[in-house]
Order: sequence, then structure tokens, then C-alpha cells
Amino acid sequence: MRRFIEQHTFWSIVILLFAAILLWLIFAVWPQWLVEILGRKKTFVNTLLNGLTLGGLYFLVASGFTLIFGLMRNVNLAHGSMYLLGAYIGYEVAEASGSWFLGLAVAFLAIAASGMLMQTLVFRRMEGDDIRQTMVTIAISIIVADLMLAIWTGTTYQFAPPEWLFGATQLPVVSVIRSSGDAVYIKYPIYRLVVLFVAVAVGILLWLFLNRTRIGMMIRAGVNDRDMLSASGVNVQLVFVLVFGIGAGLAGFAGVVGGTALSIAPGEDIRYLLASLIVVIVGGLGSVPGAAIGALLIGLAEQFGLAYFPTYGVVLTFLIMVLVLALRPQGIMGTQWSKE
Amino acid sequence: MNSRRWFSGTMSEAGLHPGIIVVAVFLIAYPGFTSDFFTFQIGAYSLILASIALSLMMLAGYGGMISLAQMTVAGMAGYLVAILGDNSVGVMGLGWPWWLTVVIAITVAAMFSAFIGAIAVRTQGIYTIMITLAIAVAFFYFVRQNYTIFNGFTGFAGVEPPTLFGVYWRSPTPFYYLCLAIAAISLFAVFYISRSTFGLSLQAIRDNPRRMRSLGFNVASHRIFAYFLSGIIAGTAGVLMVWFNGRISPGSVGVDVVIDILVIAVVGGLRHPVGPFLGAIAFVLLENFAIDLIDRERFNTVIGLAFLLIVLFSPDGLLGLWKRIREKLQAAKQSRLAVNGVKQIDSRSYKTLDNP
Amino acid sequence: MLKIVKRTLLAVALISLSAGAVAQDSIKMGALATLEGAFTVLGEDSMRGVQMALAEFGHMAGGKKIELITGSSDASPDSAIRATRKLVEQDGVQVLVGPLSGSEGLAVKDYAKTQPNVTFLNGTSAAQDTTLREPADNFYRFSTDGAQWMAGLGEYAYNDKGYRSVAVLAEDYSFPYTQVFGFLEPFCRLGGKAPVDARFWVPIGNKDYSSVIAALPDDVDAIYVALGGADAVNFLTQYEQSGGELPLIGGSITVDQSVLGSKGRTRTFVVGTPSAGPISDTWDDSRWNNFVAAYQAQFPDGFPSPSLFAHGYYINTKAALLALDAVGGDLSDGGVKYRATLDALEFETPTGMVKLDERRNAIADIFLTEVIEGPDGNLLNKTIKVVEQVSQTFGLSYEEFLKYGQVGRENPSCE
Repeated sequence: MRRFIEQHTFWSIVILLFAAILLWLIFAVWPQWLVEILGRKKTFVNTLLNGLTLGGLYFLVASGFTLIFGLMRNVNLAHGSMYLLGAYIGYEVAEASGSWFLGLAVAFLAIAASGMLMQTLVFRRMEGDDIRQTMVTIAISIIVADLMLAIWTGTTYQFAPPEWLFGATQLPVVSVIRSSGDAVYIKYPIYRLVVLFVAVAVGILLWLFLNRTRIGMMIRAGVNDRDMLSASGVNVQLVFVLVFGIGAGLAGFAGVVGGTALSIAPGEDIRYLLASLIVVIVGGLGSVPGAAIGALLIGLAEQFGLAYFPTYGVVLTFLIMVLVLALRPQGIMGTQWSKE
Repeated sequence: MNSRRWFSGTMSEAGLHPGIIVVAVFLIAYPGFTSDFFTFQIGAYSLILASIALSLMMLAGYGGMISLAQMTVAGMAGYLVAILGDNSVGVMGLGWPWWLTVVIAITVAAMFSAFIGAIAVRTQGIYTIMITLAIAVAFFYFVRQNYTIFNGFTGFAGVEPPTLFGVYWRSPTPFYYLCLAIAAISLFAVFYISRSTFGLSLQAIRDNPRRMRSLGFNVASHRIFAYFLSGIIAGTAGVLMVWFNGRISPGSVGVDVVIDILVIAVVGGLRHPVGPFLGAIAFVLLENFAIDLIDRERFNTVIGLAFLLIVLFSPDGLLGLWKRIREKLQAAKQSRLAVNGVKQIDSRSYKTLDNP
Repeated sequence: MLKIVKRTLLAVALISLSAGAVAQDSIKMGALATLEGAFTVLGEDSMRGVQMALAEFGHMAGGKKIELITGSSDASPDSAIRATRKLVEQDGVQVLVGPLSGSEGLAVKDYAKTQPNVTFLNGTSAAQDTTLREPADNFYRFSTDGAQWMAGLGEYAYNDKGYRSVAVLAEDYSFPYTQVFGFLEPFCRLGGKAPVDARFWVPIGNKDYSSVIAALPDDVDAIYVALGGADAVNFLTQYEQSGGELPLIGGSITVDQSVLGSKGRTRTFVVGTPSAGPISDTWDDSRWNNFVAAYQAQFPDGFPSPSLFAHGYYINTKAALLALDAVGGDLSDGGVKYRATLDALEFETPTGMVKLDERRNAIADIFLTEVIEGPDGNLLNKTIKVVEQVSQTFGLSYEEFLKYGQVGRENPSCE
């Protein structure tokens, strides 16, 4: 941290200044001129929070995607299908058992198992043929999407989360001061705050797992040099299966979390696949911190786009992607891959 | 690697396989013995899809770049025809003469393709799939949201091909021949490119970019130019596509359609220009008649399974499957010969055994 | 494997080619609906409507057997055209019922102009321009359009609910434009306000409405919401979660059974939301009750009550069969006599009398409804009022109605 400040004094000042302005925007009561420029404070703060929470959801989905890619160079284009399948399985379990948390756990485990199966049955057979592996995932996603449509039809499903997670809470942030002098506080859905919290927790756990455990070290070694890792006597296949399991499981986990925040319906697989793609392209393929930054950026862009210029909001995220590719093709946190 | 030898030699008359002549005669005579429906919706439509898939095959087979944005390029050309020419929606429709519209549509589409290439070649391999997929979806969202130019969700209808030489070019038989001509030209163009200096260096770049770079080749510009050329083919097919449908809307460039093109190219075979044509015929027949045989609801499962089986067991598609069956048959014949040969302790038999 | 499939397909194709010439003692009728993609469930219910009408006639009309051939689209106009072309040109249907969604309808109408000898009847597509501007002479719509479905709602919101200003939240494409137009036109004519900058057009398929909800103004009396299916479910949940308090007014598919009955929480806060549409589940009338009973008897695994898709396809199929009966199944003149019969056809449906205007669009009854809590805690739409014989031009002359211009984000301007 100190080294960063010493080396990049200018950028540190910019970042600090930016953070200060943001904090002021959140906590101060907006003067009239600001309201005229940006609209109501309620809209701004809510959108900011929505962007953060959506970013959290995107991180949950994309971290598994980027983890799998980082180690195996396998672009798993069935990742979105795993998200949706996890959501449906979680829904069925939660409905049958009455426990939302059980649904969450089963979704994680079931999708992790399906990921492990895919790795051992399919991908191991075509190791080193990245493009063919990717094609297989496209085929799987087409079939799975159609079968899910057959089983769960086009109906929209929504989880009933535990009662204490539902509803809105008052934040210690003043929206406006009424003429009577009362302060109006901003209300925000509890569940979305939980999503953000879960995403941060998963991020920290992943970081600890990758940096503080033996397996994590192996995985990181594998990301840097696959051949060297296997040469040093590690059972690489086992590591592959494990990582595929965790990555896929995270998608299933995110399915339940996201299905509760929003809803489950056909087409969500493509949406989250796309979100993951853009997040990791922007953040840098194979980097978990990159996925976090990318997810935050895309989540915020999507929400601010939707609130302030809904018509072209969707396109904004793609502009960010093209911009990043033009300036830094390996993504914000990506390492320069070897030139061919 | 046998397949590459097919393109490297020059084509002499002696090399013209009798099968090619039979197929050519069949294709030319085709409208004579089928209904309008088979001429138009099966024949012409297959040829259009095949041309778009051909543009993908060219990028993937010779350049090693799998682009999912080929349908997007075709869609761009189709949209431009509706925007610059005439449509019945009352948005845009600048009423330019058809030849100017078509030329500009194809040129812009090719430039658009080159632009996609310029973004995509900054990365490589599987990244190309991801980035082109993202671009394709971005284009889909953009045309769906933009009402001033692309007329949003509704898109354009009433797009007519010109009436030229007293022929209305959407009547089934003329339109079929138009598509056949374009497809044949594209096919020969791809053959020609693959054997040109440019094509050979593109293939060399595919196989070993680092060596080509150190030899002084500009790798990026070769790749971008390949995108440009494939854009011409895709754009031309896109013009045919909008004439075929008479309309274009965001659904015409949606994710599923984009993936369909990949399925067609892969199922047919990505290594040889004829592959996409086989893939397109199989796809169109299935699309039209699946409802009479199986439950139409599960159409996508059938398509997905076919795709999966091909990718798993025959990476070179239907074409590769055929080649492998033929080789197996030949190998069986040769091994029979070889068994006889061993008896005679013939030196040739060792060669055969060395080369399974 | 694909090779075998291909060969079979070719064989089938050749057989069906040669079968085209067989003499006709039956009539081929096509039905086109979305039997694939996200709208599959709706398409299947549409087909139930067709089957009901056919069963009612014993699969016979005008002394001839009706042979039904189904076609499927994925709700995109391109696929609708391809399926239609196959039904007409390959399978040789002479009467076709369909399609399901608005942009498909516009595409099929354009195609109809190239096939003057085939008679097309709408399914449930509800775009205005399918019959309003440049109609096709052989395209009939015995169901109503999206603006007609809103009949009476604007007046009800202004007069009975006392709303004076509303915000609008709708999906950004032609069907919601039509619905917003149908609602706002009378509402604003009476003096209501819906400023253009309080209209929020979100992309179709958007799932996260939280930021849009935060941007909704506080100083309006109600919010008019025209979202459908999953989008509506998402909005309603998120609106409740974020503690929204303004009353809602619903489009025809915003608070219908598919939304109210979706899996998950019951959304009691939507109780009291008015809406309008071509059917009402709880209309206590013998015609409707008989229809529901027949539906439930014929399709035990269908919806609890027929959707507006089953209803629309049923009415259009029934019209086709009634007219076939009237001409004795004679379509040998390219359907000229048949279409003349259709033009004058007037018949009793489960939702009242239907007849056509001069552009072959239905004049029919529309139901004004309000969400109530049913006896066992489920949510239902209660019929408030039946608005009788609504025409496409709301009683205005054709020329006068065209002055409104095409539906869009800012029509009517409501200043």
C-alpha cells in the first residue's frame, strides 16, 4: 500500500479524491444545484447500491468461470446453463424441504458434481484442444437449455427466501430534509445487501483458499505453468477436477442467490453467460481479483445505464468491453499471455 | 493434415472429380424437378446459410479464428439494404437505387467485419469466440434499442429485390439461381484465396504465428484482411437473406441464429469449403421437416445432440466422417493386400504397415 | 446418425410431394403457434384452443373432414414466415390460423398478400397495423388488438379511481406501445397527465428493475405498468421489496393468471390493481362458464382456466369452421365465396358477440377487471364491467383515428 502511494503519488491522490467525493455524495444532503444536475439523491444512491449488489452477483457467477479458465484454458460456455440448472435444482429442493438454505447447499453440491462429471467424462478426453472443448460446452448448453425448458417450462419461478431476508431496511443515509425539518432516510431491500455481503465473503474465502492453502498453491502454480506442475509430481487431473467442481458449484450457488434476488426463467442462462464473458474480458481472464473489478464495473454501468438512459443502457457495458480491449487487451488485471 | 493437400495444388482439368460434375448438374437442374417450395425455402435458403457459414469456415479453417459474428456481419448488410433502399415501415428507407444500395451494404459490412477483426485479433484462440460472441450480442441489443436508424424491435419489412431484365428476383427459380451463382462464386473465391500467396501465408500464420512474425509478416494485418474478405462473402449472403425474408428485425441477428451458423459450419466440417454446404442442407431439412417426424418442441435438443456428436467423434464434421469411412474401407482393402504381401515378403507390404 | 435422419427426411419429403395431387374430400387447415422457445407454454395453450373448436365440430365442416397440420415458430417473424410458407406451399393448407405474437402477425399479413387464394385468420397477435394500415384482403382477425384490450381502463382510472397523473413503466416494443396508447388516449382526453419524461421504457427481458423503481417519480397518483410474463413477476417482487407504495394499473398481461399464479410469493399488495383485456377468468356468464368447463374436461393437464391465447385461437378457428360450414366446404374458387362469408360472419363466442369491421378486424366485448383475493387466498381478476362492442378505432371514423399516427413512445403526448 505504502509502496503504491510512493510509486504512483498522482494516481493515489486521484483515487482518494474520488472516494471522498463519492462518500460526500452518499452521506451529505444534496444542495439544489446538484439535484438539478443529477436528479434526486434517492435515485442516485439506490442506483449505486444496485450497481454494487448486481456486481456482487456477477462476481459470484464470473469467479467460477475465470477460475476454470485460469487453470484449464477451458472457456466453459455452459457456465450459464449451470447457473440456471443450479437455480432450478435449488428451487425444487427448497420447495420440497421448506428450507432455502438447504436449496442453496444442494444447488452448490449438485452443480459441482455435474462439473466434475463433465471434466472427467468429456474434457479429459480432449485435453489441449481448447477450441474443441469450447465447442462441446456450446453443444451442452444448447441441449441443457432445451431440456430445462421441457422440465420446468417457460414459467417464471421465484424463491421465497426466509422472511427475515425479505422487505426493506432503513439505511443511515438521509435522502432529503423535508420542509418540516424531518429527515427522510433511504430504504433499501435487505436481501440485496445480503447478496453483496455473500459476494464479498465468497471473494475473501476464494482468496484465502488460493493463497493460504496447499491446494490453492498448486492451483496457482498450475495457472502459471501447467506442465511444470505435473512434472513436480502433483496429480494434475485431481486438481483439475477439484477446480472444475468449485467453479461449477459457484455457478449453481449463484443461481439460487440470483434467482432469489431476481427470478428464474428460460434465457437467464444466456444472460449470465454473457455477463460472465464480459466481466472476465474486462477484468482479465483467469484472475479472481480481475473478476471482482470487472463485475463491479459492469454492475454499476448496467444499473446507471438503466436508471439514467434506459434505452442504450445495455449497450454501455459493451462499450466498456471494447474500450478495455482496445487499451489493454489482456483485461484490467490480466497478465500478458505469451505471444502465441 | 491430408486435408490441406487438397488446396495446395493447382486445379487442373484432370483433377476435376466426376462427382463434382454430377453435383453441379444436379444443382443446376434442381428447380426443374422440384416444387417452388423446395426450390426457394430449401434450396435457396440452404445456399444462403451455407454462404454465411462458408465465411466462417474461411476464417476458422485457414485463419484459425472462430468468429461468432458472421451472422452479425450478414445482418449489417441486410439492415443497410432496408435502410438505404426501400421498406414499407416508414422509417428510413432512403430509396437509393438497388445497385448502389447493394454495393454500399456489402462494402460497409466488409468494413464492419474488418473492424470486428481488428478488435478480435488483439487477442487470439478461444478469446476470439468470446469476444465475437459479445460483439454479436451487443449488435443485437443495439438494433433492438435504436429506433431512429434500425427501427428497434420491429425492424424493417417490405424489402424487395429489384426487378431486372424483366425478372422479379424473388420468384423461386430466379432467386435460387441467384443464390446458386453467389454461392458458387464464393466457393471458388475461397478456393482461390486458399491457394493465393495471401491464403498460404494466412495458413502459415495459423500454424505458427511466431515464425511468420519473425519472418517479417504482419500477422495482425493478414488476419484483419481475412476478416475483410470473409465480410464480403457474409455481407453478400446478408443481402440475399433480406431479399429472401423480405424483412429484417433484431431476431434475425439474435444469439440463437448466431450459434446456428457455428453449428452449420462445424457439423458440415470446418476444414473444407464444401463442409458448410453439407451442414446447411442438413440443418434446413431438419428445421423444416423435424415437425413432421419428431416433436417440434425438442428441435433444439436434436440440433444440440447432432452438434455434440460431431464435435465429440468427428471434429471435421460430416465431411470428415465421410473421409474417415472411406479411409477405413481403403485401409481394410489394403490390409488384405498386405496380408498377401507378407506371404510374399514384399517390401511394399512393410510400407503399407508403416502407414496405417 | 445425421445421414440417416437426412435420408429419412428426403424420403418423407418426396412422399409428401407426390401426395399433393390426391383428390380432396378433406380440407387442410394449418395452425401456427410458438411451439418452441420461451413462449412454448403459450403456444401449447393456443393449440388447445384450436383443438377445442375442432372437437366442437367433430373435425368436420361443410361435410368434409378437417385435416389439421401444425406449424411452429420461435416468436420471431423470420421463423413465423418460414413456418407459414411451409404450411401453405409445401403442405398445401387452404385455411391457416395463426400466429401468436404481434410482430409475427405483421409478417404473416405481408406474406398473405402474396397468396391471394389462401385464407388467413389471426391467432392472438395484437398489433394494430396487422389490420389498420395496409391490411391484406385475405387476413382476418376475429380477436382484438392491444389498444382495444385497454378499452374502458383510462376512463375507469380517471373517473372511478380519481387518478389525475400517472407514470408509465413498459417494455420497449410495439405491443406495450399499443397498450399504453389504448390506456392513455381516453385518460388524457379526460384531463389526466402522463408527462413524456415520466414514461420509462425498459428493454424487453430486463430482470433487474430496482434502479428503475428508484427513478420512478413520487408525485404521481399511480403507475401504469405494461410488462409481461417473467418481467412482470420480477417488477412486482422488486417493487414490494423496495417498499413501493403507489397503486398500480396493469396492462392486459401484467396481472393475468400467468403472473398472479407464478411460483413463489403471493403478491397481496397488487390487490385492487385494475386492468383490462379480452377475457376475464371470473366472468359469471353461462357462455364463459361452459367454455371453461369444456376446456377443463378436454385438457385435464392444461391451465386451471383457458388463457387469452386458447381463447383467441378458439375464436378464430371457430370462425373459420363456421364459414366452411356455410359454403359447404367449397374452396374451389380460391376461397372467394368463403371469404365473402367470413366478411359477413357474426357469431356468439364465450365472450359475447363478435363481428368484423371493413378492414376485417373484430368488434368485440372487452372486460374491465380488478385483482381481488380469492376465497382460498389466491389472487383472481374480478370482472368490474363489460365494455361492449369495442371497435378498433374506438368509435371514431377511420380517417380521424389515423390522425393519431402510429403508436410509439410519445403517442399520445398527453401534455
